[in-house]
Amino acid sequence: MKLRKSAAAAAAVAALALTATACGGESGNAGDKPAGASGGKNQPKLPTYAVKSDVKVDSATLEKAQKAGKIVIGSKDDQPYLGFQDSGGKRSGFDIEIAKMVAADLGFKADQITFKTIDSGVRETTISKGDVDLYVGTYTINDERKKQVGFAGPYLMAGADLLIRSDEKGITGPTSLKGKKVCSIKGSTPLQEIKKPKYGAETVELAKYSECVQQLLNNEVDAVTTDDAILKGYAAQNPKKLKVVGKPFTKEPYGVGMAKNDKALRDAVADAIEAHQKNGDYKKAYDATLGLSGSDYVEPPALERY
Amino acid sequence: MNVLLDHLSEFREGFLGTIGLTLASGLLAMLLGTVLAGFRVSPVPPLRYFGTAWVTLFRNTPLTLLFLVIWFAVPQVLDFGFSPWVKALIVLSCYTSSFVCEAVRSGISTVPLGQAEAARSIGMSFFQTLGLVILPQAVRTVLPPLSSIFIALTKNSAIAGAFSVTELFGWQKLLSDQGYPIAWVFLWVALGYLVITFAISILFRVLERTLEVAR
Repeated sequence: MKLRKSAAAAAAVAALALTATACGGESGNAGDKPAGASGGKNQPKLPTYAVKSDVKVDSATLEKAQKAGKIVIGSKDDQPYLGFQDSGGKRSGFDIEIAKMVAADLGFKADQITFKTIDSGVRETTISKGDVDLYVGTYTINDERKKQVGFAGPYLMAGADLLIRSDEKGITGPTSLKGKKVCSIKGSTPLQEIKKPKYGAETVELAKYSECVQQLLNNEVDAVTTDDAILKGYAAQNPKKLKVVGKPFTKEPYGVGMAKNDKALRDAVADAIEAHQKNGDYKKAYDATLGLSGSDYVEPPALERY
Repeated sequence: MNVLLDHLSEFREGFLGTIGLTLASGLLAMLLGTVLAGFRVSPVPPLRYFGTAWVTLFRNTPLTLLFLVIWFAVPQVLDFGFSPWVKALIVLSCYTSSFVCEAVRSGISTVPLGQAEAARSIGMSFFQTLGLVILPQAVRTVLPPLSSIFIALTKNSAIAGAFSVTELFGWQKLLSDQGYPIAWVFLWVALGYLVITFAISILFRVLERTLEVAR
């Protein structure tokens, strides 16, 4: 038992309040309000997307949305710079930008998008029930899921990586974790990997990534593991103290989820992603969100159409 | 059905994890709670205040908040370096002990005052009075509420799953992340809990029968 510098109860309570609200101070309001990001440099600006008119796609989902004059897109709300909702209800992040550029090509202005926060566990159920028209939120394409939903993409090739403190010298990748404490969300895939005896790491499983990041900042754990896209978001939020190792050890191709047998919509979304990758919007959106973490831009993966 | 068969080993680990945590914190809470009840009926004022303060604090704080405190606030001041399992044990025991204390105390109040007076008049000390006369008679009354408390504890232990402890509810998180049909996963988890809570209620029913006294 060692006595720490007496951080008074007030500080402890403040820390608790931070973790309890799952929001590390500055809200992830990319673009116009730098959240303590790379000081002094011109902040990259978010692109604006040209909205198409008279879009004709042979898709029941889309026709219903066009009739209603709004498209419902499921997303996450607790991943800074990726899919985040600040206390004012404003959403921001790379996934949100992908949703906006796709919606624009389907003929919906930004104010015609209704975002809905959908928890990971109920994504398939929500999509197949038709509660959301599209889903953009760190959604890894895999065969088990393809049995239940359709995917357009991948629009980003993420992979499990490690988030560490900037001054950490000992961790260079998954193989240097012997005896280190690694935190992640309960049940997450990267953690199942790190748990394997060959790495020799000690694992801590919490309910939210923000809790893990808090433990990392408190020196209670040495690394946080999950998809690098999510980690880059936290590093972008706190670029002075945190960094991503940059040695992904799994492949997580992110796709846009939608109803299972809607090929026309799948193709339309894939076309939209492709068009915005070609005209530079995609890179601009990345630079203004996840790019703030200091991690380099990587060319997007080739789209898989089926 | 396949979900369970494909992931039987994780399910078993979770199931045993829930049983282990429930048993350990149940025993510790029983011990703490009985001692605290003794404090609350003792003739010593500081002990009485301590017992009252303990119960007030732990009975009125949401369990999740207690977990957050031991995980995020306590290490900022004192770093004990406890493992996640020990943290869960401490939180669940302290929380449940306050309920046990109140159940035991209510049992004590059902024993007629004459019993205590008689014990004192033949020269028994406070501890003898409590241990030999009052508590044995109070136990019968306490069993039904205790049974409810331990069933609640079993379900409360699910919160430990969100704080790095392997238990039954965490199994659900593991599988829904992999995209398995949620209804089946929940069905198995619910059955797992049902087995444990049912065992608890049967155990207490047996105890009630054996301790029954014709009044």
